[in-house]
Amino acid sequence: MSTITTDDVRHLAQLSNLQLSDDEINSLRGDIENILGYVEQLGEVDTSGVEPTYQVTGLENVWRDDTVDDGGISPDSLLALAPEQAEHSVKVPQVL
Amino acid sequence: MAIKTLVSRITSGETTARAEVEQALTKAREVEAYHALLSLTEKRALERADEIDARISAGEAVGKLAGVTFVVKDNYLAFGAPSTAAAKILEHFDAPLQATIVEKLEAEGAICIGKSNLDAFAHGGSTENSAFGVTHNAINMDKVAGGSSGGSAVITALDVVSFALGTDTGGSIRQPASFNGVFGMKPTYGMSSRYGIVAMASSTDVPGVFARSAEDVALVESIMAGQDARDMTTLPDYFEPKTEVKSRRIGIIKETMTDDVDADVRAATEAYADKLRGAGHTVEEVSMPSIKHALAIYYIVVPAELSSNLARYDGIRYGRRAEGVRTLAELYGRSRDEGFVTENKRRIMIGSYVLSSGFFDAYYQQAQKARTVLINEFNGLFENYDYLLMPTAPTPAFGIGENTADPVKMYLADVMTVPASLAGLPAISAPAGESTDGLPIGVQVIGRMRDDAGVIALAGQMEVTDDK
Repeated sequence: MSTITTDDVRHLAQLSNLQLSDDEINSLRGDIENILGYVEQLGEVDTSGVEPTYQVTGLENVWRDDTVDDGGISPDSLLALAPEQAEHSVKVPQVL
Repeated sequence: MAIKTLVSRITSGETTARAEVEQALTKAREVEAYHALLSLTEKRALERADEIDARISAGEAVGKLAGVTFVVKDNYLAFGAPSTAAAKILEHFDAPLQATIVEKLEAEGAICIGKSNLDAFAHGGSTENSAFGVTHNAINMDKVAGGSSGGSAVITALDVVSFALGTDTGGSIRQPASFNGVFGMKPTYGMSSRYGIVAMASSTDVPGVFARSAEDVALVESIMAGQDARDMTTLPDYFEPKTEVKSRRIGIIKETMTDDVDADVRAATEAYADKLRGAGHTVEEVSMPSIKHALAIYYIVVPAELSSNLARYDGIRYGRRAEGVRTLAELYGRSRDEGFVTENKRRIMIGSYVLSSGFFDAYYQQAQKARTVLINEFNGLFENYDYLLMPTAPTPAFGIGENTADPVKMYLADVMTVPASLAGLPAISAPAGESTDGLPIGVQVIGRMRDDAGVIALAGQMEVTDDK
């Protein structure tokens, strides 16, 4: 069974863009180890020669006309959802 | 009251849409202690009721659901109150659009009166993972509502509205339906549009309905169903309600009737099988060995997909943004840490793990192959049987707090519902009596892809047998 260390959890948190507290890291470590321990049973399943299933209905290449459609939503109403706005743009803290 | 009967009472002037809405709002307030609803959309609901009443008075045509009240699970975008997904990151999110399904129901005159509680982002099987408090079971307040669409199941069981909308990724409609004694329908993958619904796992997410009769389920699904240019995964239109199902062959899956399953649940499922036999159907025990792996497949595939879908919640364009941050990484990391509940984080991180290089083949790829094995077994059974029968959940509703310390134990509540989700098959949970301590039990009927109408009709036939 996989062993998950707190460093593994920190790495997963980083990959997931989650800034966790040390308490959260400790409690999630055990949970993640248990969940991975459970799903590892799939190693028993004989899948030689079996293709993976990514979608179940077999739809492919669904086309539509390449026309402009704003979905009835104005840019202003979308902008209004941003936590901060300035000069008709989404405002973010300095990043560089 | 049957939805059809209610609509004819409203259109004939025996009652009004306004009276219906007022009554639903009053009832919703009377049952506040269950915490099934996160918000009421009172102002918009009353305005819509008055419009419908005015059209009826003027002799104008109104839709098939004129004046019928409903609630949406709060992961459907809908006007009248914030659309929160029961998560802090969307706590104040006022949707700029409505889900296609909500638009279709409104076009037929249905009136949304509120938004129901769920496990945050639909991650859970008990509605204990809501950022805004736990929902209580409709029959026993010490028990869970089930989930993730717990609020919608409870509000339907408490007879507040005529129907409620849910979403089902691995059982989130069927399992709470069974816990609260109502019908819950998970349609074929792609039957109805998901445009405007908060995405969880895109290869299994489906919208569906809770109602108190199979006839109501069929009526509402017939309006929800259909292809949508805004959801490229929708199938060409096919849903037509049917009333007759005769002499069908039904397989009862023996792996779902073992000693691990609650004795009352097994007895109720056997009794349901006997009723099916009594109605002229053939019911035989069948075996589906790969069903024991379905939950493990699910808890790889679904975290993988949802970790991608939830990457969009970053605190930049909409939703909650953490304050006092100095760097971009800190903005993302803190906004997401504050905005998600623990179960969201757990699942996102499992998804990151199974998709990371070095583990991708062993976990994600192997799970998708095992999924093919499961689907092949379903296909084999459907060569000889028209429907499959099994319990909806291994137990009746469990106690609030009973499983929260152990995520794997909580996940096991989904063990009977995930197989149909992974295969995209239509499945309904129908009420099938109660346990010795008075809790509802549901059974699940699974059909071939696109046989949604047959699944509903079969469940409806058993219900009629009850009444007569």
